Amino acid sequence: DGSDDNEEGSAIENEENTKGTDKGRKRATPRTRRAHARGRDRHGDDENEDDEEGTRRAGHRRHRSRRRGRAAGNEASDSDMEPTKARKNQANQKSKEDDEEEEDEKGGKSGKGKNEKKGDKKSDKKGKKEKANKKKKDKKKSGSGSDSESEEEPITEEELAKLKEEVEEKKKLIATLRNKPWKMKKKLSVLKEAQLFVEKFEGALGKGKGKKFYAYKVMMTKKWMKFQRDFENFKTACIPWEMKIKEIESHFGSSVASYFIFLRWMYGINMILFGLTFGLVMVPEALMGKPYGSLPRKTVPRAEEATAMNFATLWDFSGFAQYSVLFYGYYNNQRTIGWLKFRMPLSYFLVGVGSIGYSFMIVTRTMAKNANDDGGGDDTSFNFSWKMFTSWDYLIGNPETADNKFASITTSFKEAIVEEQESRKEENIHLTRFLRVLANFLALCTLAGSGYLIFFVVRRSQQFALEGLENYGWWERNEVNTVMSLLGMFCPTLFDVISSLENYHPRIALRWQLGRIFALFLGNLYTFIIALMDEINLKARYFLSFTLEEEKIVKYNMTIWEASLYNGTIPENSTAPPIQVDPADVPRGPCWETMVGQEFVRLTVSDMMTTYITILIGDFLRAVFVRFFNYCWCWDLEYGFPSYSEFDISGNVLGLIFNQGMIWMGSFYAPCLPAINVFRLHTSMYLQCWAVMCCNVPQERVFKASRSNNFYMAMLLFILFLSTLPAVYTIVSIPPSFDCGPFSGKTRMFEVISETLEHDFPSWFGKVFGYASNPGLILPFILLMVLSLYYLNATSKSYKEANLELKKKLQSVRIKN
Amino acid sequence: GDMGGSASLIPQDLLSEYQELTFLSKQEILLAYKRFSELLPKEEREDAYSARVPKSQILTLPELRANPFQHRICHVFSTSETGDDSMSFEDFLDMLSVFSDSATSDVKSHYAFHIFDFNDDGILDRKDLEHLVNCLTGQGEECQLSITEMEQLIQNILEESDFDKDGTISLPEFQHVVSRSPDF
Repeated sequence: DGSDDNEEGSAIENEENTKGTDKGRKRATPRTRRAHARGRDRHGDDENEDDEEGTRRAGHRRHRSRRRGRAAGNEASDSDMEPTKARKNQANQKSKEDDEEEEDEKGGKSGKGKNEKKGDKKSDKKGKKEKANKKKKDKKKSGSGSDSESEEEPITEEELAKLKEEVEEKKKLIATLRNKPWKMKKKLSVLKEAQLFVEKFEGALGKGKGKKFYAYKVMMTKKWMKFQRDFENFKTACIPWEMKIKEIESHFGSSVASYFIFLRWMYGINMILFGLTFGLVMVPEALMGKPYGSLPRKTVPRAEEATAMNFATLWDFSGFAQYSVLFYGYYNNQRTIGWLKFRMPLSYFLVGVGSIGYSFMIVTRTMAKNANDDGGGDDTSFNFSWKMFTSWDYLIGNPETADNKFASITTSFKEAIVEEQESRKEENIHLTRFLRVLANFLALCTLAGSGYLIFFVVRRSQQFALEGLENYGWWERNEVNTVMSLLGMFCPTLFDVISSLENYHPRIALRWQLGRIFALFLGNLYTFIIALMDEINLKARYFLSFTLEEEKIVKYNMTIWEASLYNGTIPENSTAPPIQVDPADVPRGPCWETMVGQEFVRLTVSDMMTTYITILIGDFLRAVFVRFFNYCWCWDLEYGFPSYSEFDISGNVLGLIFNQGMIWMGSFYAPCLPAINVFRLHTSMYLQCWAVMCCNVPQERVFKASRSNNFYMAMLLFILFLSTLPAVYTIVSIPPSFDCGPFSGKTRMFEVISETLEHDFPSWFGKVFGYASNPGLILPFILLMVLSLYYLNATSKSYKEANLELKKKLQSVRIKN
Repeated sequence: GDMGGSASLIPQDLLSEYQELTFLSKQEILLAYKRFSELLPKEEREDAYSARVPKSQILTLPELRANPFQHRICHVFSTSETGDDSMSFEDFLDMLSVFSDSATSDVKSHYAFHIFDFNDDGILDRKDLEHLVNCLTGQGEECQLSITEMEQLIQNILEESDFDKDGTISLPEFQHVVSRSPDF
């Protein structure tokens, strides 16, 4: 074969010389040239058939027939008929083209792959299609005519491979056809060509051994691709609210729409969380667990029974709502329930951990995707060009928004020009600095004040709870939630006012604003948690210090009480048959998990109410007022003071993020939280879409949403991390209540895992796990992870630097030219 | 109901080919067909696939109405031989495909360049850039930039993007500039 190569190589060179092509272009590496030479050999030979009659051609043909055992002449055996014919057809077509195209095929135009070469060739053949087709038919006829005499020849491996390669290339071409900036006609004709070619030869390729399998494989691939395409279409059709969001986009631009897209994405996440908690925790307990009223923990205590069905109690999530699958306390600690032997405590634990894990995974994945789309990140070298070429928002379809967009573009141009021209104004820098320090100080004061207020209010509510909530009115009962919601509403406005002192560039001012609101919400949430935790810790410390005795005391009290029913001796051992006592009368131990869950649920509900009321009053009533009172008012309401409100994107997005943080924190203690959140997001979407279209006007400063996307994702990730800390802490360090929930009776919640390992897995599994959780193994593993992190960081840095180098080189080369 | 009707007017194999060749999904193509045939007068609706819609009709689409580049967009995507910028259904599909979310940056920047090239000479020279700025700043007198501002702006742009310093921006330079932008 080596000798063949050389011959081919020299033949090619000669051909190239004859055609007078530009040698400069053929500086491919010898190896590729060889490979190309092989492929081109056939094309070249075919081309020569029509152009030249010569010994060289005969030599080639003889050479070819030596390889393929064909008779001199261009007839192929039956098995080779189609490939050769195709090559001949291609040859015919090519021979009609100009030199340039042949050169394209021969040489390697830099930056163009083989696909594009072929594609370009084919596209240029549009006009000559009819001639080529006719020729094809002629050749076919002639081929078939004289084929009848020749015998079957096996296709050599090489040819097979070559053919496969060509078919693969054609397939690749078909797949990338939509990326080419051609007109539809061109694309259609190229597509048809390529499809015909692929169809013809896929059959031929299957000759020889494994033909059936190959054909089967091809058919399966086709079916798979069709399935993928249909699935894509189906997925696109399934996306909810697409038309609504598009409408908003056209009226308000992409930044407002990005909030709704974010909302929709959150809705998706919450649906999955809801599916997990509902399907794996709530439904099994409801279907297979002991029914309501069979156990003390599942029954409303006698004392509360009278008010248990009241709407007020239910709205407060006590009464019947508390003693149901909605909260932690209802679940029984039986290891398996029902005939399916469903491991309820294990499932509860795993769902809790799994929700957190899933959320982490999906947020990180979205961040990575966004980072990819972002390109090189912050590049300030193209400020003006980007302003010019990318500032128009093509999604705007409303003339009013378009006018606003024009105005904002003009302003931004003027600003940028001014900034570029003038040097920084040095005057009054001390005043500016002083004002900025003052503003930051004021912001810090606000934050501290709001934190203290929340702490104070939570403490007060605990006092109220100790003294019995019935003695207090509505305000005292809902003090905490209302205060938190009000703080969340008014402090951002306060920050806005403070920021006017600072006199920053609008983009920088927005960043400060977002940062401050973030700190506010975070501070509020954490003060709330700390206050709650304080209370729990008090109880926990109470337990820890008196733990066993306390339990014993309560349990002893219970047995005594039971015994009193016997009217007789105190049973020391429980061999006596248990008396049927109504579970509602049994004295209960405290259940802090349910209490925590209830707090979170109440917070979520009140947050939801506050948002809706704010929208209705702040946006809708305001719009109604401005619209109808404008006729009888002294100044123009629409342009003057109240005017219509703008949609506050950052406030809404942050609200959404913090709401989600609360859900993540509380869903371990109240499995109903994701369900409530799904409901909340669903109604939010409709309400806010309606409110935006009906009561809001496009913003004056229409800006694009893309830069902020990753900022919001980063905040979400941070919140997720912070939200999981309390749950993890309680799982690991605080003993669960002994009288309620699926982990009652254990000293720590995670013991359910070791229990499962003991009972449900073969013994060697437990041993392996024991070894794996040995610190001797864990520490080296952690070390390994740290090392790999360091390594990956180092490589990514080096790639970035290489990138920069290349960029600089590019610039300098361009400048030189 | 309507979807079923319009689906029968595009042959099935053509529909799947359009799906291959554009970035649109099947529903989007059918919706495009519906919108397109609504632009035609009633008599021609049956034959929407091979009809051409005059430019004035295309510009009534809400998406193009407020767009300052509406004329250029029609011109760039039209394959009309008479130069009247009328569009056939395939041109319409091309346009929707390029503007869709899933189109690659290469395709978009290629077409954007041609849209911005007001005099169709294959490069963006000073006149093109001036025209571009005037489009972006709106039609009112007070919105336009002054002569000095315009000069300054164009100067800055050329400094940033014109790598070979020939006073014009060519397609590769344009693509290099906008490919770095996250907003494109």
